[in-house]
Amino acid sequence: MFASILFVVLAIVAVAAGLGMLIARNPVNSALWLVLNLFCIAGLYLTLNAQFIAVVQVLVYAGAIMVLFLFVIMLLNLAELPRLEAFNWQLGLAFILGMAFLGLLVYTVAVGLHVLPQAAPVAQSALTGTAPSIARQLFTVYMLPFEVIGILLLVATIGAVMLAKRRFI
Amino acid sequence: MDLNTTLDWYLALSAVLFVIGVLGVLLRRNVIVILMSVELMLNAVNLTLVAVSQGRADVSGQILVFFVMSVAAAEAAVGLAIIIAIFRNKLTVDINDINLFKY
Repeated sequence: MFASILFVVLAIVAVAAGLGMLIARNPVNSALWLVLNLFCIAGLYLTLNAQFIAVVQVLVYAGAIMVLFLFVIMLLNLAELPRLEAFNWQLGLAFILGMAFLGLLVYTVAVGLHVLPQAAPVAQSALTGTAPSIARQLFTVYMLPFEVIGILLLVATIGAVMLAKRRFI
Repeated sequence: MDLNTTLDWYLALSAVLFVIGVLGVLLRRNVIVILMSVELMLNAVNLTLVAVSQGRADVSGQILVFFVMSVAAAEAAVGLAIIIAIFRNKLTVDINDINLFKY
């Protein structure tokens, strides 16, 4: 029940963020929409009980890759970025308080209606998403691909440094 | 929640996300946004893999997702380096102006 609601919310936000990435005119805005999308997909992995992949998604995609994208966008200085306005403390505080109050109300109503998430029964699928089960396969059956992927990352690093060097082309 | 009854929903969502990525590649002219759309497509496929893998309680699909993420990281690094190299030469990231191999 709760997982279904979570799925619907995350799916709507993910699709909206994807469309936002498609529509946004500024590449920085596109990148930030994509970050939201990646976080939503990480949440969807959690609804699938794939905790390890969800954490890796946040670390690798939303952390490393998107930072690389934003770094390149800022490095190339593509367009006049919109100037940051002075932060309105009153507005920010009001927003935080309002959201906290909304959370309190929703929690109270959820307690009253008994729709809070119960401890899910440990299904078969809950066991296949954890790090130990993945590591057991990864370091035995898929050992050779795992090492090859390490070499691939090394080659990609060297290639990226060479390509981005001045006077290469 | 029974995974098998909702598997269709995950597949539908990932199809929608994939189509958004394809549209981004086809419609946008900024090379960086095109690369981001490719990442979105990779994510849609990853979602499919994880959904089916968990639906069948088989770890192999998630290991494939792990490898796809590694390759995506390598792809992003090399692709962005190529974009930087092109930008040094032509001072643009518009796909219409990068037509070295076109004629």
